[in-house]
Amino acid sequence: MSIWIGNETRLVVQGITGREGSFHARQMIEYGTNVVAGVTPGKGGQQFENKVPVFNTVAESVAQAGANCSVIYVPPAMAAGAIMEAADAGIELVICITEGVPVLDMTTVMPYLADRKVRLIGPNCPGMITPGEAKVGIIPGSICLPGPVGLVSRSGTLTYEVVHHLTGAGFGQSTCVGIGGDPIVGTNFIDCLAAFNDDPKTEAIVMIGEIGGTAEQEAAEFIKANVKKPVVGFVAGQTAPPGRRMGHAGAIISGSSGTAEEKFQAFESAGIGIMRRPVDVVELLKGKLK
Amino acid sequence: MNLHEYQARDLLKVAGIPMFDGDVASTPTEAEAIARRLGGTVVVKAQVHVGGRGKAGGVKLARNPAEALECASQILGMTIKGLVVNKVLVVPAADIATESYVGLILDRATQLPVFMVSDAGGVDIEEVAAKTPEKITKIAVDPRYGLMPHQALTLALALYRDWAHVKAATKIMMQLYQVFMNNGASLAEINPLVTTPDGKVLALDAKIIIDDNELDRRPDLAVLRDESGEEPSEVQARRANLTFIKLDGNVGCVVNGAGLAMATMDLVKYYGGEPANFLDIGGSSNPEKVVNALKIITADPNVKVILFNIFGGITRTDDVANGIVAATKQFEVKVPIVIRLTGTNEAEAFKILEGVGMVAMNDMDAAVSKAVGLTKEVA
Repeated sequence: MSIWIGNETRLVVQGITGREGSFHARQMIEYGTNVVAGVTPGKGGQQFENKVPVFNTVAESVAQAGANCSVIYVPPAMAAGAIMEAADAGIELVICITEGVPVLDMTTVMPYLADRKVRLIGPNCPGMITPGEAKVGIIPGSICLPGPVGLVSRSGTLTYEVVHHLTGAGFGQSTCVGIGGDPIVGTNFIDCLAAFNDDPKTEAIVMIGEIGGTAEQEAAEFIKANVKKPVVGFVAGQTAPPGRRMGHAGAIISGSSGTAEEKFQAFESAGIGIMRRPVDVVELLKGKLK
Repeated sequence: MNLHEYQARDLLKVAGIPMFDGDVASTPTEAEAIARRLGGTVVVKAQVHVGGRGKAGGVKLARNPAEALECASQILGMTIKGLVVNKVLVVPAADIATESYVGLILDRATQLPVFMVSDAGGVDIEEVAAKTPEKITKIAVDPRYGLMPHQALTLALALYRDWAHVKAATKIMMQLYQVFMNNGASLAEINPLVTTPDGKVLALDAKIIIDDNELDRRPDLAVLRDESGEEPSEVQARRANLTFIKLDGNVGCVVNGAGLAMATMDLVKYYGGEPANFLDIGGSSNPEKVVNALKIITADPNVKVILFNIFGGITRTDDVANGIVAATKQFEVKVPIVIRLTGTNEAEAFKILEGVGMVAMNDMDAAVSKAVGLTKEVA
């Protein structure tokens, strides 16, 4: 596999009978993801699309269907509970797509997860895809191509834009991860960079950041010290006015540590190729892949 | 969601945090009555969601009720950075011995609520953090256990030597933590926390930001939103479930997704233009959303061209195309529209647009540079 998801992923969809959950469950199955179960309390015993068993709890889906990865499409007020339920059931990778999760809920979720062997991606993220193997989340499979580029991003549709340019130039992707734009997310840039650095299938890494916070600067430090593969990076929000929320809770520039320019400077001093535009990814990666 | 100072004071008061008496007024006569009740010199403060109220003339000292009436009539109705002042807070002009800063913020790095206190108060805390970080004491709170008494004491000791002050401040730290947690705040700040010559510790000014994600489950907080104090187009957009921020340029942008919307604005600038707005129509967009987006953007007289940048994933590009067609049938769009669509159902979308004589493009750079070029032609 590339990183974290692949052919051995056995997916349970939390909220599979809901509007979003059922739509995306169908898309994931169509892509070839091994969806082994769904969970909706009260609907245990039903079948989704006549092929996927629905359970009342995640623990049942683990025991009876062998689920090892979960994706969450429940409403925001229930998301924290759904994440902790998955962790409690022994799921090792939990991907929370739900947007609008109260941040204080996440402050209690994170210590709960720290006590268990589990990785959380998101919330408020597009999920992950290992092209040709598995898609967990909402990234359109049609724009992806299997290949050697690892991609990590805080954004959704901007990720698609960059993937679209990569695929158009024939640069396939090992895995694409959308880590989400909220102030508190389970997996950060550094976690993904470390995994891509260790992944034999990944030859180069693309990193897509946003204004707000210091995650990109910390990632740049990490890259400088640890990452041996070529990295190129973009930061959205170069023209954003300070102090305004731009759709993502994460994208707030406060104080001096959060502007796009500051992040680009950190990239530059870490030897990261600078993408001023999404399309620049193609020129920057030319000659860097086998 | 930012609260006004008077709303933040109300939340602190409920938690029992001591502060000077005072009240909010919507008319000069109300302000006069409050000043009379308080007695002595008062401060009349504009309640508006921008910084630098004082410099803009929104904070005035009044020595008696007649002057309070006069100050309030000057401040009420004035415009500060584009926002009209509808309310003033009237509080006693305090006699102050010391000023400190107390803030509780949701910290991304530790993923916890973090207290920050400094005895260098009453000033811009960002400046203190940048120039003299050693003057700030920080303590992260694990919400499973809450703020522990020894943590509150440590914070208070960072501010005061006098034991009576320390005891009072310890209690205020515990109370502020409750305000933060009970109201789903992402920031709760007392700046300054003051001591008076007679030994009291009081909150003089407060700022609270509520996490927008709390508002759905907390209607009691959602009603605190003061739409009269916001940019009208932004209020209209929120009601239509769009995320919109007005800017000063002339390229109106309609994009799906916050990251792509920011990247689109950046690209407008890259090609020498200026974005007129940030607008995210969100995920599963129906044609109605597009109609609303166009209404809001065309109402801005600065807009010389409208740029659509849609990357279809969950968003179906044919929905967007239908929305554009519907909007142009409902009202006349007087400026040129440049449309970039790619992804889900793009063939249908292109056909829908061709049916009404509109041409869509596939490439983001080509579309943005075309839109910017058009602003220069129109000029």
